[in-house]
Amino acid sequence: MDDDLILDVRNASCRYPGAAADALDDVSLALRAGDFHAVLGPNGSGKTTLVRAALGVLPLRRGGVELLGRSVARWSRRELARVVGVVAQREENLFPQRVRDTVLLGRYPHLSLWGGVRPDDRAAVERALERCDVAPLAERSIWTLSGGEYQRVRLARALAQEPRLLVLDEPTTSLDVRHEMELFELARSLADEHRMAVLLVTHHLNLAARFADRLLLLAAGRTVAHGAPAEVLTRETVEAVFGWPVAVERFQGWPQVIPLRTRKGTG
Amino acid sequence: MKWVALGLVAAGALALAVVLGPTHVPWSALASSDIIRSLRLPRAILAFLVGGALGLSGAALQALVRNPLADPLLLGLSGGAGLGAVLAIALHLAGVWALPLAAFAGALAAMALVYRLGLAGDAEPDPRVLILAGVAVGAFTGALTTAIVSVASAAELRNAFLWLWGGLSGASWEAVLVVVVYLPLPALALLAAARPLDLLALGEEPARYLGADVLSLKRRVYVAASLLTAVAVAVSGVIGFVGLIVPHAMRRVYGHQHRALLPAAFLGGGVLLVLADTVARVAIAPRELPVGIVTALIGVPLFALLVRRWTMT
Repeated sequence: MDDDLILDVRNASCRYPGAAADALDDVSLALRAGDFHAVLGPNGSGKTTLVRAALGVLPLRRGGVELLGRSVARWSRRELARVVGVVAQREENLFPQRVRDTVLLGRYPHLSLWGGVRPDDRAAVERALERCDVAPLAERSIWTLSGGEYQRVRLARALAQEPRLLVLDEPTTSLDVRHEMELFELARSLADEHRMAVLLVTHHLNLAARFADRLLLLAAGRTVAHGAPAEVLTRETVEAVFGWPVAVERFQGWPQVIPLRTRKGTG
Repeated sequence: MKWVALGLVAAGALALAVVLGPTHVPWSALASSDIIRSLRLPRAILAFLVGGALGLSGAALQALVRNPLADPLLLGLSGGAGLGAVLAIALHLAGVWALPLAAFAGALAAMALVYRLGLAGDAEPDPRVLILAGVAVGAFTGALTTAIVSVASAAELRNAFLWLWGGLSGASWEAVLVVVVYLPLPALALLAAARPLDLLALGEEPARYLGADVLSLKRRVYVAASLLTAVAVAVSGVIGFVGLIVPHAMRRVYGHQHRALLPAAFLGGGVLLVLADTVARVAIAPRELPVGIVTALIGVPLFALLVRRWTMT
C-alpha cells in the first residue's frame, strides 16, 4: 500500500448520455502527495471529462478511480470535498456575496448540519485569504472584482477546504501574465511546501512544461503522450495533436513550444 | 440586533392588524371582544404564517433555480396548488385537512411541467426559460381554475376572486391549526438545506465539488417549497409576489447566506402579508380587497425593476 498515493485513475472510460463515442477512452493517471501534473490537449479532447470522472461526478463505463485507496464512487460528496478542492472551469455568481463569505463556502464540507462556524474554520479562511493574497479584498463584493482577483478568490475557497488534492481546470484563462505566473507559482509551492497533489488542466503548454512534473496530453479522449515534459512536448507530437506547425526550443532546459506562422515570407 | 428589530416589527404588525379594522373596537374592550378573538386574531396569525410560508418558499426557490426572479407564483407552483385545491373542492374530495394535500399534488404537477418545459432539450433547465414556463403554466392553471369555479356549484367556490387573487376572509382558528400542523416539516427541511443552497448558487458542478449532493438537494427543496406553497394556497388562495419581494428586501439586511436569509424571509413574509391584509380590510371598508391585489400592486412594479436590473447585467 502506497501511503502517498492520492489519486489513481486506471484505464478510465466514460461517455456522456446520448453521445455516440466515449468522451474519455482508457486514460490512466496517478498522483502522489507533492506531485504537480498538468493535463493538456485541444478543446474537446476530454480534459474536463477526466476531472469529472476522477472526482466521481461522471460515472465510468470501464476502468476505475481510487481516491486514497477507496473507489471514488464510494465517497459521499461531503467526504470528498474535505479531501479534494476544485477550481472548476465555470461558476455562476448569482448574488453579490462578500469575498470572505464565498471563501467560507470552502469550509462547508467540514461543518455539521446544525452546527455553527468554529474558530478553526475562521482561521482556515483567513489562512487561505492570506495565501492567495486576497486578504485586503475580504470585505469586497465578488461582483466588484477583476478577473484575476476573482480567480485568486476561487483558489482561496478551494484552499479553505484544506484539501490533499487540488484540481484546477483552466484557472488562468483571461488572466494577464503576472497573475498567471503568480497562480502557477502558488500551485507549485503548494505541492512543494504543503505536499499537496496538484492536477492542473491548461492550454498553456509552455508554462505547464516549466511548472509540472509530468504532462498528460489528450486528444479525442485518448492518451497521446504521458510523461516528463521533454518526452511529451516533441515537435511531432504537438503538431499531430494540435494540427499546427511548431518549433520546440529549450529554455533553461525546459521544452518550449513556438507556433510557426504559415503564410510565406512571414516565418 | 437585526433579529430583535425584525421581531419587534413582526409584533408591531400583528398588533396593528388586531387593532385596526372596519369595526372600531375600543382599547378597553380589546381583550374581551368577540371580533378580536374569533375574527381578527386568527386572521392576523394566519396572514403571518401564510406570508412566512410564501417568503421562505420564495427564498429557497430563488437559490434552487438560480434565478433572483423566482417566486411560487411566477414558477407556476401557486397556480398549480390553486387548481388542485379548487378541483378537490368541486369534486367534493377534500375537507379542510386534506385540502393542502390536494393543493400539494397540484403544485408538484405544475412544477414537473414547468421543469420539463424549462429544460428545452438541455440537461439543466435555463433559469430564464424556467420563469417563462412558470408564467405560462400559471396562466393556464388560472384559466382552468376560473373555468371550474364558473361551472361548479360548491358553496366554497362561489368566489373566484378568492382563489385567483387570494384572500384571508375565511380565516378561522381551524385554518390556523391546519397551517401549524403542515408548516413545520417543510420549513425545517428547507432550513436544513440552507448551507447546500449557498453552494448551489455557484452552479451545480461547483456545488458538487464543495460537498453538496445536488440531486437529492433539488428534490428535497422542490418538495418542501411545493408543500409550503400548497398549505398557503389551501387556506388563502393564490397570493403572489410575497415570495419575490421579501427575499430581496431581506438579502439587503441579512446578506446572502441562507442560514440567516431563510428565517428572515419567513419573518419578513409574515410581516408583509399581515400589513397587506390590514390594508385589504380597511382600504375600502366595509368591503374588502383581495389581499393578492395589494401584494401585486407592490410586487409588479418591483418585478419590473428587477427584470430591468437583471437583464442589464
